[in-house]
This record gives sequence, structure tokens and C-alpha cells, in this order.
Amino acid sequence: MNQNITLTVNGREKTLNIDVRSSLLEVLRDQLGLTSIKQGCGVGECGACTVIIDDDIIDSCIYLAVWADGKSVRTLEGESKNAVLSTVQKGYVDEGAVQCGFCTPGLIMTTTSFVEKNRGKEISHEEIRKAHAGNTCRCTGYQTILTVAGKCLEPGKEPDE
Amino acid sequence: MFPLQRYEKADSVQDAIRLLSDNPEAKVISGGTDVLIRLRDGKKAYNQLVDIHDLDELKICDITADGTIRIGAGISFSEVIASDIIEKHLPHLHKAAETVGGPQIRNIATIGGNICNGVTSADSASPLLASNARLIIQGPAGKREVALSEFYLGPGKVALDQNEILIAFTISKQDYSGYSGDYFKYAMREAMDIATIGCAAACLIDGNQLVDLRLAFGVAAPTPIRCKQAEEAACGEIINEALLTKIGDALAEDVNPRTSWRASREFRLHIIRELAERVIKNAIENAGGTLT
Ligand SMILES: Cc1cc2nc3c(=O)[nH]c(=O)nc-3n(C[C@H](O)[C@H](O)[C@H](O)COP(=O)(O)OP(=O)(O)OC[C@H]3O[C@@H](n4cnc5c(N)ncnc54)[C@H](O)[C@@H]3O)c2cc1C
Ligand code: FES
Ligand code: FES
Repeated sequence: MNQNITLTVNGREKTLNIDVRSSLLEVLRDQLGLTSIKQGCGVGECGACTVIIDDDIIDSCIYLAVWADGKSVRTLEGESKNAVLSTVQKGYVDEGAVQCGFCTPGLIMTTTSFVEKNRGKEISHEEIRKAHAGNTCRCTGYQTILTVAGKCLEPGKEPDE
Repeated sequence: MFPLQRYEKADSVQDAIRLLSDNPEAKVISGGTDVLIRLRDGKKAYNQLVDIHDLDELKICDITADGTIRIGAGISFSEVIASDIIEKHLPHLHKAAETVGGPQIRNIATIGGNICNGVTSADSASPLLASNARLIIQGPAGKREVALSEFYLGPGKVALDQNEILIAFTISKQDYSGYSGDYFKYAMREAMDIATIGCAAACLIDGNQLVDLRLAFGVAAPTPIRCKQAEEAACGEIINEALLTKIGDALAEDVNPRTSWRASREFRLHIIRELAERVIKNAIENAGGTLT
């Protein structure tokens, strides 16, 4: 049950022969070696598998790989440029928002998409919480993570490009 | 790997109907947030799929010349939230969409899938019921229309043939024009949880008179329901606190919640009454009315 798909992954176009039964998570991890993406629950509950597709975050464990045909996918691997961490990544480090790290790649993609969509807007603490509700972290208690998201929205924290 | 026996991608609604007709075992997948979860559970019923994900035909969201709002079955909850039309004319549906899952789920889960799935906890069901939504369904013989109130047949059962596709929901002008609305979801957790009870109200007021009330619930019965007794008790009455009590009393005849691990019947009855009062009050206040 194989099929070719063409997609952009972290800025590079790829054509892949995939099994139509695969989740996007399986293709990204097993065929492209993008192992930042974690399978936690496998059923859309924990967000450890979060990637950005055409500007929107999705759970790659419940996203058929064929749906990514023609789309642009971003994973944590593409966020640092020339060994320089992105603003959001640096925020996670500075704030100590990482403990075991299992949830971190997914959370960083969630924060990144949120910050990109909301830069320059008035955003409440409640909105930041809501935007991160699809990601579970068993270690940090979330406060540091929400702080990073808030700080990244502050003026002066421009995109990294 | 999902345990699929057969997978076919439809390139149009017509194509999907043909593929479904050719294989009576096949089922539709749209956003997949219900179907793929069932496949992970090893449910055999969904191992042959016809894929309608991202079909443009199902992505309309507009107002037609006669004022009818059309919401395509393939619109995601994030798209429902982003729609100015829905925010302005169907505020209860806008609010309900905001309560679905987390952002990752809302970006993928479709409003059509939410209704076709047939469960009583579907967050879009009660607001759509409150606005007398109708469904446009296409099958081999062409299009037909059915009221959402007639679409739910029982828990998990809807009036949809195996080879039919839900195209869109329509809400006619008389069912939204002048109405304000509100939705409240009571769940055990604040986010990422299925409703213990969901309540939607749409109100039409004239000064201090409640001209029309439409009240609908999810999880208050085996399917989403409208509350005819409560609505009758309310229509044409003067708006005041006593009216809320009267509506709450009438409501007891409309609902029939069950006991489950989430909550007992008695607790749900309490929540139902509480939510109805809160949601109706908000809807009235959103319309510029005040409770005296
Ligand atoms: C983590 C998580 C959290 C969730 N939280 C909520 C929540 O808070 N509230 C809530 O209401 N739901 C919730 N859900 C359930 C689910 O996301 C919704 O019911 C969603 O709207 C289903 O839409 P879908 O497009 O993903 O459906 P799919 O899984 O693709 O399909 C669902 C059903 O509808 C049928 N179908 C879909 N589209 C059509 C069509 N156009 N024509 C004919 N048949 C069709 C399919 O055959 C299937 O039977 C959650 C799910 C997950 C995994
Ligand atoms: S692994 Fe995808 S949401 Fe948990
Ligand atoms: S840091 Fe361990 S789960 Fe989040």
C-alpha cells in the first residue's frame, strides 16, 4: 500500500515513498530520522508529537502521512539556524522550562506557532494557557513554560530570521 | 502503522460517493480525530477508509443571497473560531468550538465529523440544534436535506447511509437574525476533556420580553436534545429571575441524563439546571437585556 508524497520538511523539499497506513510521526521519525518528535500517547492527548504544518500545529501521531503531500512541515530539528537556538528555544533554556525533556520538542513547536501568530497582539495569560492545553508535561508544572511564551511575545523579541 | 485493510483518497465528493458505493465495507475519514483513535484501539469497523480530508467542496463558509449561513462539513474547529460570520451570527457555536480539545485537535477535527460521529457529547451539536441547523447530504441519487433534530437516531447512530457524504450545515436567516447566544461546557477538567454536560441557548428579546428561547443540551440524554417544555415556558414572558426558575422547573421534563463514571444522574440534573440558568442569562445580557 505504498505511494509517493512530496513535502517540504524544515525548508527542504523531499519526495518519499510511504506506506499509506503510516502516521506522519512514523514517516518523520523512521524515514527521515527526525527523532525530536515523540510518541507519548498515540491518541491526540499529550502533544509530544506536535509539528507545525503550513503554520498550524497538529498531533503527528493521528495525522496520516499522505495528508502532508504538498505541505510544509516544521519540526524542532529545523528551529535552530547555524547552531543558534531560536528565540523560543533560548527562552526554554533560560527559564529552565526543561526537565526530562520528553515533552519539550512538541511544546517548543506549540510555543513557536503561538508566538508567530500573536506577535504584537495583546495576549492574556489565559490565552497563553489555552494555547498550550494540548501539550502535557509531567515534570515542570507548566509555569516556566507559560512564562517563556509570555516573554517571547514581549516587544524586542523579534523573529530570528 | 494504522491497521488498515484498504485506503482510497477521494478527489471530489462525487468520487467519494462512488468509492463508498463500490465497497460497502468502507467508511469515511475526514479529520480522523475519531476514526484514527478507533483504529488505534483495533476497531475493525474502520479498517477500510475513503478519505475526504481537505476536499475544497467541503470547505465553504459563507452567507448565500437569501441570507442562509452555510458551514461546510470539512471546516475545522479552528476555522469555525476564525469565521467572522459565525462569531457575529452564531456566538454560541463560536464559543462551543473554542471548548473542543486542544489547539492541535481544533486544527484538524471537523464540524461535520463531530456531528456524523453521533455522540451526545459533541460540542457543536447543541449550538447547531439551538439554531435549527439543517444538513445537506449527498448520495448516489443526489442531494437531500434533513433537520439536525431528525438526524440523531440514537447513541452513535445518525440518519446517514454508508455511501452518503455530509456536505454542509445550513442555518436560515429567520433562525439567527436578531438572536444572541451562549454556550457553556461543564467538564471534569478545564481543557482537553469531553463534556459532562454542554448547554447552548439562543435568545430573541424585545425590550424586557423574551420573544423566543431555544435551549439545547449535549449529554443530558442519549442524543443531543432541544428542550421543548423549557422553551414553551419561556416564550413571550417578561425577563426576570423568576422566569429563570420557571424555565429550570420545566426543564426537568425535557432531560434524561445517565449515570456514568464521569458523573451520576443526580449530579448531572443539578448541573443541567445550573447551566441552563447561566447560559440563558448570558444570552439575554449579550442581547442587551437585563434580569430584574
Ligand atoms: C484528544 C481529543 C480530544 C477531543 N476533544 C473533543 C471535545 O472537546 N469535544 C468534542 O466534541 N469532540 C472532541 N473530540 C472528538 C473529535 O475530535 C470530534 O468529534 C471531531 O469533530 C471529529 O471530526 P473529524 O473530522 O476528526 O472526524 P473523523 O474521525 O474523520 O470522522 C468521525 C465520524 O464521522 C464520519 N464523517 C466525518 N465526516 C463526514 C462527512 N463529511 N460525511 C459523512 N461522514 C463523515 C466518519 O465516517 C466517522 O464515523 C476529541 C478527540 C480527541 C482525539
Ligand atoms: S503522541 Fe501524539 S498526542 Fe500524544
Ligand atoms: S520536562 Fe518532563 S515531561 Fe515535560
